[in-house]
Amino acid sequence: MSNTEVSLARRLSWSVRRELWENRSIYLAPVVVAALVLVGFGIALFTLPATVRAATALGPGEQHEVIQRPYLIAAIVLMAVDLLVAVFYCIDALYGERRDRAILFWKSMPVSDRLTVLAKASIPILVLPLVTVLATAVTQGIMLLASSAVLAANGMSTAALWGNVPFFDMVRINLEHMLLFHGIWYAPLYGWLLLASAWATRLPFLWAALPPLAIGIVERIAFNSTHFTTLVQSHLFGGPTPGPYGSPSPGPMTMDMLAPHSLAHFLAAPELWAGLVLTALFLAAASRLRHYGGAM
Amino acid sequence: MAYIEARGLRKRYGATVAVDGIDLHIDEGRIVGLIGPNGAGKTTALNAIVGLTPYEGHLRVLERDPWKERAELAREVCFLTDVAVLPRWLRVRQALDFVAGIHPRFERAKAEAFLGRTSIGRSKKVGELSKGMVTQLHLAIVMAIDARLMVFDEPTLGLDLLYRKQFYDALLSDYLERRRTVVVATHHVEEVQHILTDVLFIDRGRIVFSRSMEEVESRYQEVLVHPDKLAAARALNPVAERQGVGYSVLIFEGADRQRLAVLGETRTPSVADLFVAVMSGRAAHTEGAVP
Repeated sequence: MSNTEVSLARRLSWSVRRELWENRSIYLAPVVVAALVLVGFGIALFTLPATVRAATALGPGEQHEVIQRPYLIAAIVLMAVDLLVAVFYCIDALYGERRDRAILFWKSMPVSDRLTVLAKASIPILVLPLVTVLATAVTQGIMLLASSAVLAANGMSTAALWGNVPFFDMVRINLEHMLLFHGIWYAPLYGWLLLASAWATRLPFLWAALPPLAIGIVERIAFNSTHFTTLVQSHLFGGPTPGPYGSPSPGPMTMDMLAPHSLAHFLAAPELWAGLVLTALFLAAASRLRHYGGAM
Repeated sequence: MAYIEARGLRKRYGATVAVDGIDLHIDEGRIVGLIGPNGAGKTTALNAIVGLTPYEGHLRVLERDPWKERAELAREVCFLTDVAVLPRWLRVRQALDFVAGIHPRFERAKAEAFLGRTSIGRSKKVGELSKGMVTQLHLAIVMAIDARLMVFDEPTLGLDLLYRKQFYDALLSDYLERRRTVVVATHHVEEVQHILTDVLFIDRGRIVFSRSMEEVESRYQEVLVHPDKLAAARALNPVAERQGVGYSVLIFEGADRQRLAVLGETRTPSVADLFVAVMSGRAAHTEGAVP
């Protein structure tokens, strides 16, 4: 007789793999967008020698900004893709399996609802940020190599390029930014979307959007205040309160601006921990709902 | 130890009572047929047993609470309660990979052998398979799980006659190889009756008939009676009567066999005929009870 235990790690890893099979956009969307970025950059390569020549005449700050700009844009575009894929993934994750009745098959397998929800939550919190970091690093690496080749072919020095585009620093900053901000900081958003996805029997997007809107409206009418809306906005967009990702730091628009001011500062923010507690509550509720959920 | 133990199992959906106080005791090593008309509560009862639906009353499956311990039970209980639940995007190979990855009792080679008898390609998506093939794939997965308890709800829906027969033959030979318990609900009684050890009839949420096949054989007799002996036969209180060509078929419960033999040819009634007898008896009883 076969052994009767499969380790938790193995069940989790197969559950995550299952998500990747079903939602190929998790890795296809970044690849496609990265390819588009590279096409655009390839066209810009024709004017690169002129751009670099013009930039060397500028002060060091401006030069840094001009030369690094395409790399920053590539990173930001892929971040937007990460957010978009994460939102669409979450809203369907616990809704789609009930709609297509597959939940009845998954529930015949020895994987608990809690583990399933955890595997699904790990996609926006961990997997997508890592995929994005990888896609960004590869894209930026190709951009850097292609630029070097073009400059060398034009008999120009690559020193200004490499000096202003510190590749490994950029990858590190992006990794920190994606894991801390897009993963952990945004976790309550993903948790909420997963909860709406587990709850809704139709129109999960509406279920995700209406309650926060309703709370905001009721608060506005009842107390003429906007604390809830402000709180949500400030958490999602950095908002008016200077949090760990507070108002954009004045200074050049470079990859540096994506770095947290300090890890200690980030970890000390009460908003972070409140958000994580909220995430845990949302996921626990989603798991409870999946327990009761059947095919629709 | 009882594999399935239920006392006063109930399940309501709003005002509708789907399962209305079921008592069950199913031991190791039984093949139980659960037979009932549409809407009798078969699926609800089976869903409660495999942990897909909450319920009222007492229910233990392999000494566990199926609602609270579905995932733990799923290691030892395999089930197919709906034939159209494999997701369309899943590839055949991925389905096998996944179950092999997470299920401690899944024997991949066995599933491959089942699939080998079909024309299902490993790289096909479920959405590209015909309905019958999807069922074949699902059955191949379920049958390859070395479970202590197997639960099937209309497992052969949409399959051709040949494959249905293969499936029940495989179920039986697996059962003979390893001690396990099988519960199967189906409308195709005639296909399963030769492998059953027990038979349960369910009607309007209640178990109305529960016998082992030995009991059925010893208690029930079916007699082919010619018209000239019909009056004498009816005097022995048959539980059911139906018309054949040139004779009547009467079913008796607990009647003296020698007296029956005088009336005509006797044999054990089929489960299907017994089912009709029990159900029409109930219907007549209910009608009579209405003032």
